[in-house]
Amino acid sequence: MSSVDPTGRDYSPSRTKYRIERIWLTPIYRSLIRTGVPLAIVVALCTAHFSKPETQAALAKSVQSAWAMVENRPEFAVNLMRVEGGSDAVAEQVRAALPITFPESSMRMDLVTLKTQIEAVDAVKSADLFLRSGVLEVRIEERTPAMIWRGVDRYELVDATGVRAGTLETREAHGHLPLLLGLGAQAHAPEALEIIASAGALRGRIRAMRWMGQRRWDVMLDRGQIIQLPVHNPTPALERLVALHKARDVLSRDVTLVDLRDGRRPVLRLSSAAVNELLRLRAIADEEEET
Amino acid sequence: MTMLYETQRAMRSRRRAALQRGVVAILDVGSSKIACMILAFDSSVQMNAAEGMSAIANHGAFRVIGVATTRSRGVRFGEVATMEETERAIRTAVQAAQKMAGTRVDHVIACLSGAEPRSYGVSGSVALENGSVMEHDIGRVLSECDVPDTGQGRDVVHAMPVNFALDHRSGLSDPRGQIGNRLSVDMHLLTIDRLVIENLLKCIKRCDLELAGFASSSYVSGISALVEDEQELGGACVDLGGGATTVSIFLKKHMIFADSVRMGGDLVTSDISQGLQVSANTAERIKTFHGGVMATGMDDREMIEIGGDTGDFDHDHRRISRSELIGVMRPRVEEILEEVRARLDMAGFDNLPGQRIVLTGGGSQIPGLEGLASRILGQQVRLGKPLRIQGLPQAATGPAFAASVGLALNAAHPQDECWDFAIPPSAHGRLPLKRAIRWFKDNW
Repeated sequence: MSSVDPTGRDYSPSRTKYRIERIWLTPIYRSLIRTGVPLAIVVALCTAHFSKPETQAALAKSVQSAWAMVENRPEFAVNLMRVEGGSDAVAEQVRAALPITFPESSMRMDLVTLKTQIEAVDAVKSADLFLRSGVLEVRIEERTPAMIWRGVDRYELVDATGVRAGTLETREAHGHLPLLLGLGAQAHAPEALEIIASAGALRGRIRAMRWMGQRRWDVMLDRGQIIQLPVHNPTPALERLVALHKARDVLSRDVTLVDLRDGRRPVLRLSSAAVNELLRLRAIADEEEET
Repeated sequence: MTMLYETQRAMRSRRRAALQRGVVAILDVGSSKIACMILAFDSSVQMNAAEGMSAIANHGAFRVIGVATTRSRGVRFGEVATMEETERAIRTAVQAAQKMAGTRVDHVIACLSGAEPRSYGVSGSVALENGSVMEHDIGRVLSECDVPDTGQGRDVVHAMPVNFALDHRSGLSDPRGQIGNRLSVDMHLLTIDRLVIENLLKCIKRCDLELAGFASSSYVSGISALVEDEQELGGACVDLGGGATTVSIFLKKHMIFADSVRMGGDLVTSDISQGLQVSANTAERIKTFHGGVMATGMDDREMIEIGGDTGDFDHDHRRISRSELIGVMRPRVEEILEEVRARLDMAGFDNLPGQRIVLTGGGSQIPGLEGLASRILGQQVRLGKPLRIQGLPQAATGPAFAASVGLALNAAHPQDECWDFAIPPSAHGRLPLKRAIRWFKDNW
């Protein structure tokens, strides 16, 4: 039998062809060639395309515009801000503090940031923000001023915790509040309030509290009387003075200053008229003794 | 004998390892066609089949997932004659089968019809140590068989214990656990020419394949063509191939004799070619389309165009009657069958309880062969087709595929489970010590 077919070509596969066929029939190579190679080509093409800066820029731009389109939908618009729970003046301050021009998309609003911005306003203690059907609702809780601090050029309202609750040009509107004096006195406002609360009968006479030398308080009474409190335990010292006043009526006399800094005894300073009177009376007493 | 024991065990374990991989190819290297079948094995079923000696042949354990045949090239008388050509033919068949199966295959089990198979009956016996047959006793008795001098350059391909005898009780197929004093075994050895196998091995290596097993096609075509009672009671399988006709005799489900006649269908073709002055291809075509061995009056009137391509009108338009063709074919077929008869007589086929003869192989398709064969071989002749196996396409179920199908069956259910029984270490004698010494010599 002849080994070749009439066309003169051998019909049997060449050894190379046979081996290639066998490799193709091996499952791992087969899957590699069928999925691995196309995958590699696609990945390579994608990487080449997207690594170009102009493509990246165009992509970023289109994403941005699409995002802006969504943001600018009327469904997301916030047209109005309503401030609740505060006086008109505070509301005005809150509005001024927010850098928003309405209408604005709710997707561009960061309520957390807005909340911190609103709470940065002095008169606002805390704020809650809600977005309801296109309205930005701001519920604020105002700080209640407890004292007025007087500086060189301005007045500041201070709440019970010692935090600033606003600045004033005049103290007319808040005439009933006690005055704080001295540099850095605001931070110690709670202490001052505590001292005032313990003043008892003297309470009506207190005009101001003065923070002296960053360490202790002076209580300023009407008629220009000053009570100098010690650095430590000022409240008991004042309570002792109040008791003394009740018993001897000290502060109704012509005393300009009561120095309580020495814990063992109060030191009084009389007014010059009182001193003169005292000296005159003493002189009279001396004369009578001599005679 | 220990060498036989070890080689048989090695062959068995190699085939098992290949089957564990799940896919194995069957390669029937014949003189007229090369068939490649790819079998997919279910390894779980395979494990069950290995449990005992008498495990039933488990046909469900594999299915054929690819079959391809190609015209054989470079093979004569069932032996590799031209290596390059054979390699190409094997490549063609394997590639086509792989393509059909959709998977690659690395291990092949091959069979050849030539290589002068010779049968030997050997026996061995051992005294049982503790009165009953233990598993290692079977290993011991197998390794005790005295192997006759098989001649230079010959290898044992099949060594199967046909019969066990315990004291005076013979005819045992599985003596394990039985009580007795002396266990003896009758074993059938089949040897073939080593060079032929080595040539085939080389061809297979060059196709990037690994030989996982080898069988003689006389044995495997008997497995597929003989039905169970024929194998049990005694039957002969005659595989009329292209280059060689193989004969195998079965008894008690084991092959007891195998031989090969170096004559086959190709010889008939060349007779036609010479007798009618036509080319080999034309002769093959005439043989397959019009051939026969029993002439009738009708055949005188049936004219066959035999043609030619010489350009001579008279030569190219010759016509012969079918009787003339039969007249050319019949003497050669008779000669082949007479040779087969001689081999059967030599083997003592007359003494078997059943004397069924089954004709199979491509040559058995000649019309009228059955009648001719019954005159020469005896009355009980039938034509045999291989058993059905799962997944085998219709085109590969003909008698020409008896050896391929048998090889597949043999791969799924080899009859050499006996070699699994280990010899106890004491039976080796001083061998381990010798081995250790040799190892030291080799390595230090």
